Order: sequence, then structure tokens, then C-alpha cells
Amino acid sequence: MNTLIKMAWRNIWRNKKRTILTMMSILLAVFLSLFTRSMQKGSYANMISNAVKFSTGYIQIHKNGYWENKSINETFVNNKEIISALKDENIIFNIPRLESFALASSGKHTKGTIVIGTVPEDEDELNKYSEKIIKGEYISSNENAILVAEKLAEYLKVDVGDTLVLLGQGYHGITAAEQYPIKGIIRIPIPQLNNQMVIMPLKECQYFYSSENRLTSISLMLKDPERIDETISKIKNKLSNKYEVMAWQEMNQEMVQAIESDNVGGIIMLAILYMVIGFGVFGTVMMMTMERKKEFAGMIAIGMQKTKLLLMVVWETVLLGILAIVLGLIITYPILLYLSHNPIPLTGEIAESMKMFGAEPILPFSVKPDIFINQTISVIIIALVAVAYPLSVILKFDVLKAMRS
Amino acid sequence: MEHFLAKFAKHIKKKVIELTRLIIVISYLEFICLLKIDFWDFTMSIIKTINLNKIYDAETEIPVHAVNDVSLEFEAGEFTAIIGPSGCGKTTLLNLLGGLDRPTSGTVTIDGTDIIKLSSSEIIDFRLRNIGFVFQAYNLVPVLTAKENVEFIMQLQGIPKQQREERVLQLFEQIGLKDRLNNRPGKLSGGQQQRVAVARALASKPKFVLADEPTANLDSKSTSNLLDIMEKLNEVENTTFIFSTHDSRVMKRARRLVSLEDGKVVSDNNQMEHR
Ligand SMILES: Nc1ncnc2c1ncn2[C@@H]1O[C@H](COP(=O)(O)OP(=O)(O)OP(=O)(O)O)[C@@H](O)[C@H]1O
Ligand SMILES: [Mg+2]
Repeated sequence: MNTLIKMAWRNIWRNKKRTILTMMSILLAVFLSLFTRSMQKGSYANMISNAVKFSTGYIQIHKNGYWENKSINETFVNNKEIISALKDENIIFNIPRLESFALASSGKHTKGTIVIGTVPEDEDELNKYSEKIIKGEYISSNENAILVAEKLAEYLKVDVGDTLVLLGQGYHGITAAEQYPIKGIIRIPIPQLNNQMVIMPLKECQYFYSSENRLTSISLMLKDPERIDETISKIKNKLSNKYEVMAWQEMNQEMVQAIESDNVGGIIMLAILYMVIGFGVFGTVMMMTMERKKEFAGMIAIGMQKTKLLLMVVWETVLLGILAIVLGLIITYPILLYLSHNPIPLTGEIAESMKMFGAEPILPFSVKPDIFINQTISVIIIALVAVAYPLSVILKFDVLKAMRS
Repeated sequence: MEHFLAKFAKHIKKKVIELTRLIIVISYLEFICLLKIDFWDFTMSIIKTINLNKIYDAETEIPVHAVNDVSLEFEAGEFTAIIGPSGCGKTTLLNLLGGLDRPTSGTVTIDGTDIIKLSSSEIIDFRLRNIGFVFQAYNLVPVLTAKENVEFIMQLQGIPKQQREERVLQLFEQIGLKDRLNNRPGKLSGGQQQRVAVARALASKPKFVLADEPTANLDSKSTSNLLDIMEKLNEVENTTFIFSTHDSRVMKRARRLVSLEDGKVVSDNNQMEHR
């Protein structure tokens, strides 16, 4: 009945100051929770996307047992079985890689590195590697040159044009030793990899490790990452158990755990903010109920059912909540939208500690709709919870007593 | 001898049949009379209380017998004042009549319905459809305009818009506030608010209107104005008014006076008329 909504609307404006104050407190809480949530979700998405792009892909296929000991001996040769298993509408790209360890040295400096052999053109098309080159040039498939990660280059004091000596163990223990010209310095947004990665063309890498045609992994990029489980089980069905099929979550367990524990912190923070909202709404609705007992008594006396009265009070609460959240969204959304395109760079201690967790030292923001939808639903639910007690007061309400007061 | 006996038996039989016929006719007439009286009663008295009692603090050492064994009947079209000193039980009695309060014992029958047997939500609906209320403190809904206040009760009853509009205009004509339709109660004087309250009470043509000291907060001019309106509506719409007062000027306007003392009816000029 729209008269009830009309009455509810007018009622919340009877005490303008109080309503505005309540709305401001809800608004502040909405702003804070949207802001932190957007930041958290943005960071997670950024970490995941970096990990997926520069390290594992969404899904990887290895020879069974590779992930356990990461040995160059646990490699496989791409074949028809795999090629046909990877024909799936959700798989938009697959990148074959050979990945192992080597000692890199230049002059007096030596450091353990991760060597990745890949198809440079594919990596570039998919992950825009060439945009991450900060000095020199990107490599191509048939070249006999390497890219060195930024921090590794700094450590080894090498530059574009220098040669780097790589020393490692190839397939079945064959010694691998070679020197390569550095064609470019690349900045990889995963601090761990930025400290120790060397990238070279797949062919060259296979030659270096004496493992012609062999691969350690095939990384898959997905059209819809949400359907990863479904895609994995499809691939598993088609592949023999000589191979293992792993999801990015499994291969980036540390990161997933870091995200999960951080997310718990975020949810606790949210709970506190929601409590602020809840008490704000509760206080206001409670006062609005208590001070109108006599008015309610009159309405019941002339024949208004308590259920209608309850509905009116619920409307008052919902309107208050919706108003606050709409204002909150109007204020917060443009700010978050701006920040999502222009993430805040971090410096100093925070940046360092973020790097330790393997995260890029920036504050990216997410404007995924579910953040806003969840927030709206939560506030309305909280408002409805907060109104429960005032409603029970109305239900138990003694008309005569209220009339006499 | 045998012949005589047979004749006697025949005679007895005849007498028995006659007697039975007589009894049947008498009881039939009686039945008709009873029905008629009942029917008569049914139409004329809309409220009837039998041995109504309300005792406050019954379990304590000083129970208050606010309404004491009151048996009253009110008929359609009455214009009745309940009078008596402060604390004599006027408010309590009106609350019992309107189903706002439950008696300690006794019954209240309104138009054949024993309202004490109704559930609390049934009684709210019963009030909505049968009883109009006017309160001492007006009790209009402050966020609704004068017009909306009157309309509100009809909306609760589910009366269509067109009909509501007509009724509102008709009533505001009667109470002389056609120019204040869109004012909220806060913008109206006490007298004007009470006139709106009377219009609201009458909006859905209830069987009767209960008013507990409707003029207590009004000055003498507003009081006589309100009584004029109530009298007019009583005549025009044949609405029954039962109101309490301890203002002698208001009592003078009532056609029936029921006077209470310590919860007991001590005089009732209606009954005097009848007997
Ligand atoms: N809730 C209650 N609890 C205890 N006693 C009550 C209660 N309500 C009324 N009474 C008592 O019942 C008696 C009748 O009260 P009531 O209000 O009906 O009187 P009244 O005739 O309306 O008085 P007034 O003219 O002052 O309005 C009084 O003695 C009053 O103290
Ligand atoms: Mg009283």
C-alpha cells in the first residue's frame, strides 16, 4: 500500500537532523567498506592476474610428478594426445614452456636463476611482455639472445649488450653451459621473478638443456576463468594419467593463502563497519518508535492493524538504508572508478613488505559490480535486522498504556 | 358400562387433543412474541452491556473497581453523555465499549457480536468497521494532511478512491474546513483538529462514535462549534454519539445523560423516560 510508503517517507523527515546524521554515519561506513573492499579485491585480482600471466597461466599441463620436484628430467614431448585434449572452447591460448634452473654469472657476480624458454611471440601477444621491457629490445623465436629480469640485471651488474654465462644441468645430467647476449631488460611485476628470471626462446632453451622438443609445461589461458574446474575435468578426461593438470590456485598456494588470510581480515573489518551501520539504524529506529508510541496507539485504536504499522516502520528503515546507500554509491563509485584506472603506487616500508608477499607495490582498485551489489544487500539486511527489536516492541505494545502516557 | 367407558375415553381424548392444540397455539404465539421482541431488541439497541466490571489491581490490597456492575443499552441515533466526577470510570467504560480494554467480567455486545470473544486482531478490524473514535488529544496522524487523515481510515477499509474523495468533501463541508484540506494537523488549531478528528471518526459511517472528553482541550467557542457539528451529523447521518464529559455546558446538549459514581450507574434519564 503506497500510503504506508508515503507515511514512512514523511516520517523519516520529521526529524531532519537525526535522519541526516544517521545517514551520514551509514554513508561513512558504506564509503569505508566499499573503499577497502574495492582495494582488496583489486589487489587480489592484480596478484592473480600477474601470477597467471607471468608465471603459471590458469591451467598447466605437466608430466606427472613434475610439480613435486621441478626436475628437467620430468619433461614431455608435445603430441597428438595433448593437442586434441586442448581443443576446448574455453581454452583461448596455450603456451609451451621449458623451465629450469641455472647459475648466471657475469664478471665476479653469480646468482641462481630461473630460466624460462618460451615462444616470445605468443607470450607477447597474450601477456604483452614487450611492454615490460625497460631497456633494450624484445626477443624473437629464432634468436640466440636472452631477456634478463630487472633486479637480476642490477644484481649481476649487467646491461643490454653484455653477455651472461649460464651454467646448469640438462636432460639426464648432461652439463649445460653457454653464453648469451642480453637483448633486453624486462620488469616483471612479480617481485620473486623480477629477482631471478631469465627468458629465452624455447628452441634455444631446449638446446641449452639438451632436451630437444621437450617441455616442462603447457600453460593455458581461458576465455572464462570462472569455469576453470569444468575445463580441467574435461582435459583430465581426455588425457592419460601420464600427465598432471593443475589449476593456478594449486600452483600458487602461497599466494592463495596470503589472499585468503588477508580476506579474512577484510571481512572482520567489514563486520565492524556493518555493526556501526547496524547500531546507527537501530538507535534511530528505536527512538522513532519510542517517541511515537502514543501516535501508534491512536492508529491502532481507530483500526490500523499492527502488521500494517510494522510494515510502515520497516519501510522507514529500508528507505533510510536505501537512501544512505544510494548516496554512498554516488559518492564512492566515481572515486573508485578513477582509482581503478590509476592505481596508487606505494613506496617505502609498505612497498617492501608487499614485495615480500609477492605482491606488486601498487594499490589497484576493483569496480566489479558484485562489490556494490553485496554492499547494498548487506546494508538492507543489516537495516532489517536492526529493525527487529523495534518491531517486537510494536507487537507487544499496550494501546491503553501508550494512550495514557 | 363398557359403552360409558368408551364414551368417557373418547371425551378425554377429545379434550386432550383440544388442550394440545391450545398449547401449540399458545407456544406458537409465545414464540412469535419472543422472536418479535428479540428482533425489536436487535434492531434498536446497538450496544448492550450486562453486568460489566473492571477491577484494576485486583490482586493488591487496594483494588480499584473502576466499572462496577454496569448494565446499559444504547440505541441507534442516540446523543448521549457519560458524566460524573473525575475518576468515576468514564474513560474505563468508554474503552470497554470500544474494545480497547477487556472487562474483568460481564459482556459487551455490539450489534449482536460479543466483542469480548474476539481476538486482538479481530477486534482491531471490528473497530475499523464499526466504531469511530474521537480522543481528547485529537490523535491525528501528524504526517498526513487533514484530508489524508480522513481518507486514511477509508483506505484501511479498502474503499475505492472515487468514493473516498466524495466522502471527504462531504465531511469537510459539514465540519466547515473545506479550505484546510491540505494542511497538516500541526498547522490547525485545536478546535479545527478536533473537527477533523470527528470527520475521521465518521468517515466510514460507523455504527457509533465514542468520544472521551472531546472538548476538554477546547475553549468555549470551539466547544460549542464542535457540538454543533456533532449534533448536525447526528441528525443528518443518524450517527450515534456516546461521549464523556464533565463540562456542564456539554451535558446540556446531550439528549441522554448516564451518570457514574465510583464505577456505578447512579442515574440514567433514558431509563426514567422508559419507566
Ligand atoms: N491502568 C490503571 N491501573 C490502575 N487503576 C486505574 C487504571 N486506569 C484507571 N484506573 C483507576 O480507575 C478509576 C477510573 O478511572 P477513569 O480514568 O475511568 O476515570 P474518569 O472518569 O475517566 O476520570 P477523568 O474524568 O479524570 O478522566 C480511577 O480511580 C483510576 O485511578
Ligand atoms: Mg477520563
